Amino acid sequence: MRKLILPILLIAIFALMPLIADMVGKNALMTLSARILMYAMAAASLNLILGYGGMVSFGHAAYFGVGAYVVGILYSHWMSEVPIFGLFPGSNQLFVTLPIAMVMSGLAALVIGALSLRTGGVQFIMITLAFAQMIFFLFVSLTAYGGEDGIIIRRANEVPGLNMRDKTTVYYVILVVAVLYFAWMWRVVHSSFGQVLKGIRQNERRMEAMGIATYRYKLYAFVLAGMGAGLAGALMANFLRFTSPDMMHWTKSGEMIIMVILGGLGTFFGPILGAAAFLILEFYLASWTEHWQLGLGLILLVVVLFTKGGIIGAIARLKGGRE
Amino acid sequence: MILILEQLLNGLQYGVMLFLLAAGLTLIFGIMGVINLAHGSLYMIGAFAGTWVATTTGSFWLGIPGGLIAAALVGFLVEATVIRKLYARDHLDQVLATFALILIFNQLIILIFGRQPIFTPLPEVFYGSVEIIPGLFYPPYRLLIIAVGLLVAVGLYVLINRTRVGMLVRAGSTNRDMVRALGVDVRLLYTVVFGLGALLAGLAGYMTGPILAVQVGMGEDILLATFVVVVIGGVGSIKGAFVAGIGLGVVDTMLRAFLPTILRGFMAPSDADAIGASVSSMGIFLLMAIVLLIRPKGLFAAGG
Repeated sequence: MRKLILPILLIAIFALMPLIADMVGKNALMTLSARILMYAMAAASLNLILGYGGMVSFGHAAYFGVGAYVVGILYSHWMSEVPIFGLFPGSNQLFVTLPIAMVMSGLAALVIGALSLRTGGVQFIMITLAFAQMIFFLFVSLTAYGGEDGIIIRRANEVPGLNMRDKTTVYYVILVVAVLYFAWMWRVVHSSFGQVLKGIRQNERRMEAMGIATYRYKLYAFVLAGMGAGLAGALMANFLRFTSPDMMHWTKSGEMIIMVILGGLGTFFGPILGAAAFLILEFYLASWTEHWQLGLGLILLVVVLFTKGGIIGAIARLKGGRE
Repeated sequence: MILILEQLLNGLQYGVMLFLLAAGLTLIFGIMGVINLAHGSLYMIGAFAGTWVATTTGSFWLGIPGGLIAAALVGFLVEATVIRKLYARDHLDQVLATFALILIFNQLIILIFGRQPIFTPLPEVFYGSVEIIPGLFYPPYRLLIIAVGLLVAVGLYVLINRTRVGMLVRAGSTNRDMVRALGVDVRLLYTVVFGLGALLAGLAGYMTGPILAVQVGMGEDILLATFVVVVIGGVGSIKGAFVAGIGLGVVDTMLRAFLPTILRGFMAPSDADAIGASVSSMGIFLLMAIVLLIRPKGLFAAGG
């Protein structure tokens, strides 16, 4: 039972957020809360490979961006009624665009992962960064889809029976998807697959000696992580009604890593807390001074140099101190 | 033909710039095992400090020591306060801590100099252009950069291969633990190497000033290209940094110069320019991916 307290508490907070925002008259709070949900999903997907699998991927924003662009491109073709490559029609249906976004970002992760996982260490960090940059420049070059300016999505994707023009409705759709995603993630990390992944992080050679094809497991995890980020990106495109290459800039990949570390590497709730801490910090520092990145940098430096295990680690130490 | 030669020289100039940055980075990488994302910040600091000295004193030449000293001082400070704590950490912590340094330095520069780009004054000697071979006119300042870059390359070669410090550096990039076990003051060696890297980054930053705008974010733009050079050349190898730096500089410049023109042959000019520009930006990353897939440790990896 105790295990359920935190998830239920989190869901309750996120579910009540629009009401609270309405009560205090600050709509920005709902936007902030939605951004936390979506970035938490992206950070959790990164945590699967970074935290559980020990693969330092520095290009995770690319899959996020691919997911967002799938929504944008499908929407623009639906608007213009011109089929993609003259073959596939566009779409503005959420139940169509989200799965396609996941498949496309998964495919991107499959290609990039299959090549990158042949290297390790510094080279792995740099090659994932290189591939992400290539995807970034690819989308900058797509002048048909706005190039550097990106695509404006005039209306969020439709869900039958819901009024998606209402921001609050979109918010609850995001919340439902996020809850389903985290429930699935819970099963993944506690499955035998999750155990193998943790084993690979601790000692890859030992896992190999036990007869496990580590490359294949790492690749599965890489693809699953890419799909998760793509899903989050697709939701983001719907929420912002906009998509641009900025979403996959390499500094965004850096921010996702920060969220994972800030929350607690390789912990289930870490990415949620990390995303929340990062975005809330950004929200308040940015409203206070335009030089908010200075504060962010200093905090980050202190966290990296002097703390261990992020927020989750700090909580665990507090608990340990009391007992 | 003249056009191609001119672009080759431009590529060479960009290449020696990349080499100046990559040489320091690859040593820091190879010897200390630290991924230093903030190397681009040292480059930026060199450019800003040098330009500030040059504009206040009115002398371009005084800017050189200005930029070098500032970059080296900041380098020593960063090494002593942050990098030293990262030696024993994993790559993830290093990436994050130095990423934090980028954020901090960018904001500090904005606080001091503002967001507007500033321009480095060029001495009148370098105005105009000189005729190198009949029909090929070239700005003398770019020739100076090439000369300085090549001189530094020779100097580094002598330093690494002919001096005691160089011997320790080579030993350090082959087997760090063994050097420590033999009783060498590794800490001092690290500080010296980091300071040297910062010095070269500052030099590169100040020298680029008159060609490109000196502005916040200039470090990140060139940082990624520098990392590509380091990884292709092989971590810890000065020779690799030189070969890969010049090679990438030429490839990148050639793509940027000629790809849009080639593309114009079969598409609308505006599309050709946009697509050409971004495909050329992809070029170096594509090259790195290919090299890594064939030689996962880079071309001239030290330590094997």
